[in-house]
Formats: sequence, structure tokens, C-alpha cells
Amino acid sequence: MNTQRPHLVVVGNGMAATRLLEELLALAPTRYQITVFSAEQAPGYNRVLLSPVLGGEKDESSIVTHDEAWYRDRGIHLVAGDPVCAIDRRRRQVTSRSGLCVPYHRLVLATGSLPRRLQCAGADAQGITTFRDLRDTRALIQASTRSRAAVVIGGGFLGIEAAEALHRRGVAVTLLHTGAWLLNRQLDREAGNLLHDELQRRGVQVCLQSRTASFEEDHRRQVRAVRLQDGHRLKADLVVQAIGITPDTRLARAAGLHCEQGVLTDDTLQTYDPAIYAVGECVQHRQRTFGLVAPLYEQARVCAAHLAEQGHRRYCYRDSATRLKVSGVAMFSAGDIQGDSDLYWRDASARVYRRLWLQGDRLRGVVLYGDTSGAAWFEQRLGEDVSGCRDSLLFGDRLPEQAA
Amino acid sequence: MTAIPVLGAQRDTTCPYCGVGCGVSMHREEDGWRATGLAQHPANFGRLCVKGSALGETLGLQERLLSPEIDGCRVDWDRALDTVAARLREAMQTHGPESVAFYVSGQLLTEDYYVANKLMKGFIGAANIDTNSRLCMSSAVAAHKKIFGADAVPGCYQDLALADLVILTGSNMAWTHPVVYQRLVAAKQARPAMKVVVIDPRETATCDLADLHLPLAAGTDGFLFTGLLAWCARQGLLDQAYIDAHTRGFAECLAAAAQACPDLASTAQQCGLPLETLRTFFAWFAESPRTVTVFSQGINQSDTGVDKACAIIHCHLATGRIGKPGAAPFSITGQPNAMGGREVGGLANQLAAHMGFEACARVARFWRTDRIARSPGFKAVDLFRAVGEGRIKVVWIMATNPVVSMPEADLVRAALAHCPTVIVSDCVADTDTLRLAHIRLPAAAWGEKDGTVTNSERRISRQRPFLPLPGEARPDWWIISEVARRMGFEAAFPYQSPAQIFREHAALSGYENDGRRAFDISALAQLTDQQYEQLLPVQWPLSGKGPFRPGASGTERLFADGHFFSPDGRAHCTPVTPRRPMARTTAEWPLLLNSGRLRDQWHTMTRTGRAARLLSHVSEPYIAVHPADLATAGVDDGELVQVESPLGQCLVAARASNEQTPGEVFMPIHWNDCFASAARVDALVAAICDEESGQPAFKQTPVRLQRYAARWQARVITAEPVQTPDSQYYWCRVPDGALVRWRMAGSRAVTLDWLKARCPTITDWAEMVDAARGHFRLLGYRHGRPVCFAALAPSLVTLDEDWLVQQLRASAPADALQLMAGQPGGARDTSPVVCSCHQVREAALEDAVRNGCHDVAALGQCTRAGTGCGSCLPEIKTLLARVRTGTPEEIAQC
Repeated sequence: MNTQRPHLVVVGNGMAATRLLEELLALAPTRYQITVFSAEQAPGYNRVLLSPVLGGEKDESSIVTHDEAWYRDRGIHLVAGDPVCAIDRRRRQVTSRSGLCVPYHRLVLATGSLPRRLQCAGADAQGITTFRDLRDTRALIQASTRSRAAVVIGGGFLGIEAAEALHRRGVAVTLLHTGAWLLNRQLDREAGNLLHDELQRRGVQVCLQSRTASFEEDHRRQVRAVRLQDGHRLKADLVVQAIGITPDTRLARAAGLHCEQGVLTDDTLQTYDPAIYAVGECVQHRQRTFGLVAPLYEQARVCAAHLAEQGHRRYCYRDSATRLKVSGVAMFSAGDIQGDSDLYWRDASARVYRRLWLQGDRLRGVVLYGDTSGAAWFEQRLGEDVSGCRDSLLFGDRLPEQAA
Repeated sequence: MTAIPVLGAQRDTTCPYCGVGCGVSMHREEDGWRATGLAQHPANFGRLCVKGSALGETLGLQERLLSPEIDGCRVDWDRALDTVAARLREAMQTHGPESVAFYVSGQLLTEDYYVANKLMKGFIGAANIDTNSRLCMSSAVAAHKKIFGADAVPGCYQDLALADLVILTGSNMAWTHPVVYQRLVAAKQARPAMKVVVIDPRETATCDLADLHLPLAAGTDGFLFTGLLAWCARQGLLDQAYIDAHTRGFAECLAAAAQACPDLASTAQQCGLPLETLRTFFAWFAESPRTVTVFSQGINQSDTGVDKACAIIHCHLATGRIGKPGAAPFSITGQPNAMGGREVGGLANQLAAHMGFEACARVARFWRTDRIARSPGFKAVDLFRAVGEGRIKVVWIMATNPVVSMPEADLVRAALAHCPTVIVSDCVADTDTLRLAHIRLPAAAWGEKDGTVTNSERRISRQRPFLPLPGEARPDWWIISEVARRMGFEAAFPYQSPAQIFREHAALSGYENDGRRAFDISALAQLTDQQYEQLLPVQWPLSGKGPFRPGASGTERLFADGHFFSPDGRAHCTPVTPRRPMARTTAEWPLLLNSGRLRDQWHTMTRTGRAARLLSHVSEPYIAVHPADLATAGVDDGELVQVESPLGQCLVAARASNEQTPGEVFMPIHWNDCFASAARVDALVAAICDEESGQPAFKQTPVRLQRYAARWQARVITAEPVQTPDSQYYWCRVPDGALVRWRMAGSRAVTLDWLKARCPTITDWAEMVDAARGHFRLLGYRHGRPVCFAALAPSLVTLDEDWLVQQLRASAPADALQLMAGQPGGARDTSPVVCSCHQVREAALEDAVRNGCHDVAALGQCTRAGTGCGSCLPEIKTLLARVRTGTPEEIAQC
């Protein structure tokens, strides 16, 4: 190995980090000597697919994207299960929990995010968990074998997926959501209700506008019920909190990097320290933090270009679409689901629904439910002037290309 | 009754559409019946037009009337016949025989017609039976009788091929008599020196063949032919020997002509034609001893129809061009059996077998009756006026739809609505007229009928049944005979078969005739049942002298010997003083409305409206308007317009047409209340009739146009029942097999629920809503299957209706989203169908032209267009010219 090469250290081995490595190797395969620190023992895997693993539809091995051989073959030094616990910016070196000390010329923070947790009475009880990584997933699978009643808190993507997956494992599940309908940031009420009906039909109980007041625990400090603010009490021996994420800025703050919600970066994903970059869910870029995979990949692409010193790219946020990873439920949402006019298609007997929002002549938001075959077509047209094809817009994905 | 036909069965019969009377061979195939032209039939020699070719598609039993009904309730035949007989008898006893009337049709077979006429004139004892031939033929009939002493067409179709000059006046033959037209096309191709002149205010499809088109001012044909006669005299072109030997009154006739048309310039001015055009036409006439003048509704349907027909015939008499091969005046009829009706005496001013009321004693002797009518009855317009005035208590309408086809159609409807007893015999379950009937009688339809028809060249052909009578349907002759028996006239109506009736009819034609009456088919009075069954097409007259030889073809031409059927044996010329139509445009009513037929439709669409193929040429009612007149009215091409006359109004789409003379507009006659909200053109037409013939002037009605401010347009495709909106909305129905395509439009905003309410049987709807734009689409389900597609928007949205129809019919239709997209995922041709036979569309033809098909033959080879009946050839030529004269860049791009 050529020790003359500059040393790149990547802190974190999530999806942003692995994508960054791929992009960088494609641009400049031999530029850096690379060390990657991973808090988890597992090599690179696709976090997005944890729900199917929880549900038993996929096994762990099938979601692995980068195994140890991958790093080895590329001469990357992977330090797994040994998180970095300090950055010495003056000396340009990092120290891991095990005491490994590695100098860097360039450092990339890809520390991701931490799941939010409720801070209420009983929140420390046994059996209250989050659904964030492979370890959580394994724990949940194990718990599901003895759980009689589970409560999932949070009617966002992760909560819905977790509830459905546990239900698949034979657990009686109640899903609690504070909003007036499920996925209320991605779906309009009608699509939310369709999803609600589908979950109910499958046997997942859904309680809307439900705020958790506290958890009850038994004498073994095992959770046994969830109390709601309206006084209701739900029996539960397993609670999953899926109420959002917070960028993990602990390491950056400790190193004195400027952080607000997340680690602040410029359009090149550089932090306030020119030797340090940040990508992924730990980042705050132009007041925005991130939770979806598409912008992370874009950040990885921009950051890799700069690391390769082909720094002509600028990161620019683009709305990205969301889909639900619940098998048998096709749902798609993109853009802003509001506007000054809208069009919808409602096919109750086929359980298919589409709604488009326009601002003036421009397509602003899309919700597809039941049949998402047109997702790519609509996503491509977000922000475009669609006045010329408004009459056929709702079914534009089904028109011959020249007519559309 | 005919046995149920087996696969592979074949039956020769006669087409039920126009007066050409083509022989048709029906073949039973896997998926139904297929019609082909009968090669040995002398009317068509194997050719068929698109309507004839589609006959197999019109035989289904949906929409058929299959059992007798009284006041909307099914009854058995005994009850129905007893009731009809009782009502007729009661009216006769209480109010006299003049209080009952029959209105019959050129759709009846000669045998049906004969029995109806015999019952009315011979036994009810009044002459109030008239036929819808009054509306299309009666001016020619009057002229024939006046001049020839008999209602006899002198020539035959073969004359068109033999002539050096063929004049087509008041006839869009390419569309109305396509097979004769194709014979003419073939003749001209074989002999290019032959000249064809078309006289028509419109530039019709027929003009395609014309060496000269005379777009004369509407209704001025009388001036043209009177002027021609006067000019011939001035040029010394008269056949004085013929005139002296065979005519009477010619000098007076010529004097009147010379006075009315003193010189060429005045005639040109009266007709609104350039002097040179007129001179050319006259010169061609002068140099062509073999001239045939074909005239049709443009001449007959006029307030001076008889005069015009006379003026035409005079020109032929004056030049001796009659009864010779390639030389004759030729009235061509509209209906399959208009001639048969004239032969039995179906018109109110004839008695029977070409005899008038002066012969009532003779006919009474033959019929053995003491109740015979002694004077003419009401002609059609007067007949329905008498109904309206309450003078007719019982009216029996057979096989026709006067609420659509009569002028002042709204008044006819009102009259029938107030008539105490309206009896309608028809083969379909719903017509505008049937809706007003108290008693409905299910008649046999073509395919089940057994009898004879006579075509325009006096040729009698057999219509043979190839289908069993469905339900309770019965032949008209049977229904009428049964009623007559129940009225107490059983001795005179003993008929068991059409052959029996035909023999009696033939015998009457020869009864005390002795060569004095042209119509003599007594040679056929002794036909055995088998000979009748096998009768080959035969032209009357056939003298009774000597035994009938099976296979004899009869008489091709009349009057060749200069012998006419007047008492003195001469042709009687009568002075004609031409005048302009009574109808005039004014500032208030600035446009003159003409009406007529379309290529692929027939009458009031009761038959052709069932064949999707025939509706693909033109599927919606329209008014053709010159672009300048459209601009004046502030209307864009394709927009809906209200067409108003002092009598009524219609609501149809406007179509810009350079084929119209500015100031003149055209509407097709076919649409009616079963097919559109307000498109009965005859509701606009005043009943101004020719005084002599009683034929109404359908061709000139002053109207005005007003833009209909449609706020939305809708398309609905379904087989489910549709509740049509009231007449303040536009709607039109286009049947396509079991499905119907509906078009709707309205000037008031409607809601999604309003659209859903059009299909009250559907409860499971999927819907698309763009509220801001007012655009809705619906998909109706029944048991999870899509059964209805509907779209409503401020302006027409792009839809591939053919594909949607296909999908709604398919066992595995495309998914709902694709259906709502209104077209399949791949590219498809949705341009108008040009060739109905082979369903070739405009865009495909345009492509073919651009790819090097530079003439009709090449196009035919490449696309098959025009190789069927050929009636689209004029349109194909226009398209060829249009595409080939594209801009240079366009051509370069191709």
C-alpha cells in the first residue's frame, strides 16, 4: 500500500457513507488511503429494507450491500464495532472507543441520526424500544416471539412499517398517531384514510389523534401498558417508538464544529473545518435536515467530487418522493401536497386513488395510492408547467409518449 | 315460415335500400350473415354499396318490436287484430269511411301494398291511403302521367352506359344510388369521350365524375331546361318529324318557353350561372343525340316539381331522345319499392294498377265490391293536416316514420298526439312515430319478408326470406288481410301466400287493358307458386298474350315506337312557365336550407343506425355551411349551432364546407328523436307543396343560425340505459353493436351527480374530478366490470372512442387508469374513416400518399381503400389532391 497517499477517514458506515465511498472510488480510485469506522458490527446494509426483515419477508443476508470482502478488495480499512469517540482537529486525528488513533488529511462525518424518544414517566421501562438499526430489528424479532400486545407510537413511515411487520409476526399491534390521519405530512386525508382502512383490514389497530401520556411498568420494570392523554390505557408488553429522528451531532459538537440541528455544511458538504466534510442524516444544509435516502445519495455524490478534487458540484436540495415499504400497499407521495387547485381520481372499488396539486400552471404535489405505476412519470414533472396537458394529466403516465 | 337456416346456407334476394334494387346473395357464416352482390342481377351485376354490404350487420333482434301492444301492454294477435278491426269499423260507422286513413311506405313489398290499397279503396270505401313516395316521387309521377299518359319510366340503367351525355340533375348519385353511379363510372372509364354534367347547387361527391358542374341557384332547374328547349328551337335542333308525329301541344309549350327564356343571357342570369358554362352545356346537349337526363329529389321536392320534370321531358321529346338506347329522361327513385307502390295505386290520387278513379267501375268489378272509393283521398301533407283537424279518427301507419320525414314535422307529431287511434306497424321497437302509437303491430323485417319489389327501371325482383319470423312478427300482408277479414271482408281477402296476392295484382293489371295501359304484367298472373318463388328479375310491361316464358326479361325501353298511353297515343306537352321557389331568404332568415341523404345512411336510420360501420362515415347530425356564412354567424367549425326556421329549431354541429354556395346550407335528413335531441330537419321545413303532385318542397327553407354557447361537452359510452337530457341540451346517440356512444353538450353548468344520473342503473362509480376546470370523467362498474365510460369537460377532450368501445366489449379490458386515459398506451390512428368497407382512415391514407401512392389505384392496392363499393373514391381523390399540394417543406419532410 502506498503510504504516501493522503489519508481519508470516514466516521460512520451507513448508507450515506457507503455511497460516498462508491462515488469516490469511481472518480479517484487510488487517491486516498481510506479508513472507515463503524459503530455497528455489521458491514454495509440497506437500512431502508429493515422493515421487510422485521416482517420476515427478507432475511438479513439479503439486505447486505457491502460485505467485508468489498472493503478488503478495495484496500479500505474497515473498523467495525468500534465507534470514534473523539476528533482532535488540531492534530487531525480521531480516536476510537478501543483507543485506536488514526490521523487524517480529510475527515467525513457520516454519523447519521438518533431516534427520538418520549421523555415521559416510565420511558425507561424494559420493552420500550426504537426501530433504527439491525440491532433494534433483531431485538424486535426476538421480542415478537413472546409479545402478546405491542404498541407502535408514530404513524409515519417507520411506525407504519414496524406495526405491519410485527403484525406479520403474529403480534397484536396498535398503532398510535398524533395526527388526524396517517402520514399526514405525505398524504392528504383521503389517501391517509385508505391506508388506515387497509391496515385495519389486515388487523392492525390504528388510533389517531392519540398522544402518549406515560408508560406503566410491572414489578420487573417491564412495560405493561401505555396511557394516553385522553385517559385511555392500552395494554402492551412491547412498545416501539417511531416518532422521528435527530441528527447525531455529538461527536461534531465535542470537536467544536458549528452545529445547530445538525452539523452545518456549505453547498460542498464542507463543515466549518475545511478538512472535515459531513454527509447524511447528521447534516444540516440551508436550514434543512434529512431523513430520506435520495438527498443523502446526492450529498454523497457532491462530497465525493470535492474529495476527489473535482469540485465542480454544488449540493442543491430537490424534493424527493416517498414510498411505503409495506408489501401489498402501493403508495407514493412527492412534492408539496397543497396548491391552488387539485385533480383527483377515486376508484373506491379498486382501492386506487390519485391526487395532484397545482400551483398556477405548475405541478406541485402528487399522491398515488393503490397503483403507483405512474410514480416516475409524475415525479419527473414536478415543478413543470402542465397547463398544456392538464386534461390528461391525471392519466398522463398512461398516454403514448408523443401525446403526453 | 322459413326454417332456421343452416351454416353455409345461401339465399338470393333484393337489397331493401334505394331504388336501384340490387340483387343480393346472403350467405350464412360462422358469425352471422354476409351480403354479397348477385353477379347475374341486371341492376348491379354483383356490385354492392357500403349499405348493402353491411346488411348482415343490421339483422340482430335487439331493438326489434316482437309482439303486438295496445296502450303499452303486450297482447296476443287475436286481441290486437280484433281491436284494430273494431276501431276501423267503429270510425267508419260513426264518422264515415273518410275518417280513417292509411299512411304507407316504399318499404312495403308490392303484395303488402296491394292488400293495403285494396282494403282502403275497395272496401273501407275511401281513398285516404297515401305513401311516403309522395315525398320523393310524386312530381315525377304527375309529369309522366301528364305527358306519357302513364307513370312509366322510359329507359333503363343500361342507357346510362350507352349515352354520350349523361346529365345528373337534383341527384347526388354517388351517395344516393352508389351502384348505378359506379356503373356510370365504369362506362366513362371505358369510353372517356362520354360527358357527364352535374347540375346541383352543392359541389357534391357526384361532381367528382363531372366534366361540367353547374352550381345553379337553388331551385332554378326549371329555367335551365326551359331555356334549353327554347335555345334548341332557336338553333334549329328540334326533331320536327318526331314532334309532328308523336306529340300534341308542342307549339304552345315552345311558345311559353321562348317567352320565359328569350335568350341565353336571361337564362344564365336566372340560374345564376356564367354564360360560358351554360353555352358549353347547351352545346354538348346539341351534339349528343344519345343523352340521358337523370333526375331525382332535387327536381321532385319542389313547389314546381311537376313543371321541372315536364321541362326535362320536353327537351327529350323535342329532340326525339326517348326510348332509344342511350337516350331517355330518367326519374330515379329513392326507395326500394316506390315503383311497386305506384303500380298498385298506393298514392291517394290513383286507384289501382295504374288506373285512376275514372276506372272505379272496372276495378269494382274485378274486386267484386260495391264499396269502392270514387274520388281521390288526402295526399300526405293534407292527410296529416286532416288528422290534426280531427277529421281522421283512426290512422294506420305502416313501415314509415312521418314524425321525422314529413315537413312541418312538429305539427305532424302534434296531430298524431291528438288522434284518437294511432296504429303503427313496424319492425323496430322505437321510432319517433311509434312513441305516439296506441296500437303497435310487429311487422316482418327485411330478411323475413317474402314478395316482390320494383326498381327504378321497372324491374320486378323477388325479395326472399332467409330468416324465420322472430317472436310474434308477421308479414304486413298477413296483418292487413287478417284485419280485413275481421271487418267482414273475408271473401275478398282469402290470401294464404304472397304468390296468391301477386297473381291477383298481375291479373288486375291486364284486366280490360287491351294495350291501353302501360302497366301490364298479366303474363305473370298464372305463375305457379314455384315459378313465383324462382321468378327472375323482369321489366314490365309483359303482355299477357301468349304464355309466360320463365326467364323472359320483359321490356327494356318504352315509347321507342312513338306510341304513348294517352287516349290519342301521343305525348302531351304542356306549357311550362318556370318560376323561382316560393321560399325566399330575408334579413331575418338569411340562409337557404337544403336537405338530403348521406352516403352511408338510410331514411330515419331505423336500419342503418344499427350498423356501427355505417355510422363511422358521419356519426353526428350536422349542418354544412360555407366558411363565409359561418364567419358572419360568429361560429367556428365544429361548434354547435341552433338552426331556426319560423316553424321550429334544430341543434346540430356546424361544419365548414367549401362545397356549399354562400347563402345556402345543407342538413342530412336522417337524424331523429331516437338518435339526437333536436336534429329532425323536417321540423324546420314548411309544407309548401307542388299544387299538382302534392309533393312538398324540402330543398329550400329559409333559416338562420345562432351559436349555441356550450359550456361543456360530454362523451358517454355504455350499453346501459341512458337518460337523455331534455331538449335544451344537445345529445346524439351513435349505436355501436350492443354499446352506444353518446355525445352531449349543454349551455348550463352541470355537476358530477348530474352526469351520474344519466346512467341510473349504475351505482358503482369511479370518478376523476378537476373542479377548477370543470372536467370530470367517470367509470361505471357492474359486478366489478367496467360498463360505462363518461367524460365531461368545457371543451372536447382527446379520446380514442373506438378503442374504448373495444375495451368495454373485451372479456379482459385494460385497467381503469388506462381506460380513463381514454386511449391505449401505444400510438393509434383516430382520424375519420374514409373507406367504410375496409375501415381505412384518413391518416393512413395520407401516409400512403406521402409514401408514394400517387393515384387512386396505388392507394387501393396499398391500403385497400376504395376497393370495396367505391363510394369513397371522390373523397379519396380530394384527399390525394390535398396531400399532394402540400407546401414544399412538407413534401420535403416526407
